[in-house]
Amino acid sequence: VSYSDLPGFVESSEAYGETTVTIEREQIRDACLYARDELGFQMLADVVATDYLGWGAKGVSGYIGTESGRDLNFPMTQGLQAMPAGKPKRFSVSYHLLAMRSPAERVRFKVWAEDGEPVPSVVSVWPTADWLEREQFDLMGIPFDGHPNLKRLIMDDDWEGHPLRKDYPIGGEPVRFSEAE
Amino acid sequence: VAVAPARAAWPVVDGSQYEGSRIPSPIPTVKRVDPERVGSDDLLRINFGPNHPSTHGVLRLIVDLDGESVEGIEAVIGYLHTGFEKSMESKTWWKCVTYSPRMDYVGFQNNELTFVLAAEKLLGLEVPTKATWMRMLLSELSRIHSHLIFLGTSALELGAVSMFWYCFREREMILDLFEMVTGQRMHTRYFQIGGLAEDIPQGFYPECRKFIDWFPHALNDYLTLLDRNAIWLERTKGVGVLSASDAIALGQSGPNLRASGVDWDLRRDQPYLAYEQVDFRVPVYTHGDVYDRYRVRMDEMAESNRIVDQCLRRLERMEGQPWIVDDRKVVLPPREELHTSMESLIHHFKIVTEGFRVPEGEIYVATESPRGEQGCYLVSEGGPKPWRVHFRAPSFVALQATPTCLHETLVADLIAIVGSLDAVMGDTDR
Repeated sequence: VSYSDLPGFVESSEAYGETTVTIEREQIRDACLYARDELGFQMLADVVATDYLGWGAKGVSGYIGTESGRDLNFPMTQGLQAMPAGKPKRFSVSYHLLAMRSPAERVRFKVWAEDGEPVPSVVSVWPTADWLEREQFDLMGIPFDGHPNLKRLIMDDDWEGHPLRKDYPIGGEPVRFSEAE
Repeated sequence: VAVAPARAAWPVVDGSQYEGSRIPSPIPTVKRVDPERVGSDDLLRINFGPNHPSTHGVLRLIVDLDGESVEGIEAVIGYLHTGFEKSMESKTWWKCVTYSPRMDYVGFQNNELTFVLAAEKLLGLEVPTKATWMRMLLSELSRIHSHLIFLGTSALELGAVSMFWYCFREREMILDLFEMVTGQRMHTRYFQIGGLAEDIPQGFYPECRKFIDWFPHALNDYLTLLDRNAIWLERTKGVGVLSASDAIALGQSGPNLRASGVDWDLRRDQPYLAYEQVDFRVPVYTHGDVYDRYRVRMDEMAESNRIVDQCLRRLERMEGQPWIVDDRKVVLPPREELHTSMESLIHHFKIVTEGFRVPEGEIYVATESPRGEQGCYLVSEGGPKPWRVHFRAPSFVALQATPTCLHETLVADLIAIVGSLDAVMGDTDR
């Protein structure tokens, strides 16, 4: 399958036997429509957003040796073995597509977005994206443009913040009916 | 010897269930009452759940009723949200394994398997053959276990109380087997990154063989009890119909998809573990109703039993073989070495405190869980903890099909339909 004809095609890469195709954010809906109708990817398996805030910030651990030498105040247990490749924007949204044929084929479409940048909704292409996108909106705060019912799905309607973001602390959620109240 | 599983004509998509699409528009997961009838005195809006006994956990359905007829429906989920994905980001890879079975608490081995397979793919680990076959055996037992709970609870809800006791009798036998191998009845954490946590204990094979010899008789009993039961047939046939194209559009997978006439099973069509080396049939039915979803699961239990049998035959010949990879950077050293080897002690200490590092990358691994496509999306920064963990939960997707399945439905059918989609709320909300 050739992906270069996809609307909004940016680049395609292979890793771990999986194909990742980066798409222009504004054209993801058109790309999905094309993939469904022209490339035979009938099914959308998953939509998942990732927050890359602070990606690689731990740096390389001291015992491997960095340019500045070994940092005793930065224990080796914290660092990485190698610096990971940088990311173009804070959020990625990945679409895992499945072509039900023999042999089965999968592809990952990926768009990049900064905080608050809308990503076109693919609900009109695959109805299954309804809850998949609502979950990512709820937990990661990705606004999906054109979604017919974009409201919180997992958390309460009046919940503040998006729990899966990296700047959302673990254990930092407000507790109702605490002793202080 | 590799056996190519028999395959029906390539994905059978039979559009015979109904014409066109019944997916509600514009919101695919919300069925609204006719706008002209909004505010009518005939309509009653009620809450089904979240603590209704037949919602399989804490599912809340907001239902608009006209007498007994269901005119509108909206599902509200999240009552069992536990933040597993967030928690896993702050744990080492080794500890994360413990979280995964607790999501889908009915098909726990399969969740564990998906996570472990994904992590192994990032690490590039070659798992020993014995571990692969044992994983397959336990996953299939887990599938039977999950389908038994489906069958017992669904039948119970439709009034067949005795089914529940029979199903839980066999379920108990499977849990005893799990306990024998892993020390735990549920959430076994027996699959380890790299293989299995422990060797298979003495005496497991004969016990397991006792079960698989018995189980076809049990299955026959269930069929006798249900399949010629006029009430059961009346309650399930032609109820909650989902067409093949609607099922695909709604991302359905597993038994729900195969009951709608789509011949698709990841075990055969995108094989993992050693599924290409076992002989099994993929049951496909075409009516897409509650009855067919039940039949698919009944047939699947029989097929799983056959797979377990084949796994046993292989495993019995693997006595003394390794059950986990010998990679000291990832796998804990044998306990007895800690007393004599400094090197082993260091490795043990490092893995338990700091964890092992997983190469940078992202991955999506899908397996066929009892509920359908169980996917695990992992992003690694190259450190000892995952950067992002996400599970594609088949129950979550299955529940989206509820409004589409409703067509001239009565309240009582709603119970049958929700039960037949076999959603586990722990899996849905994660």
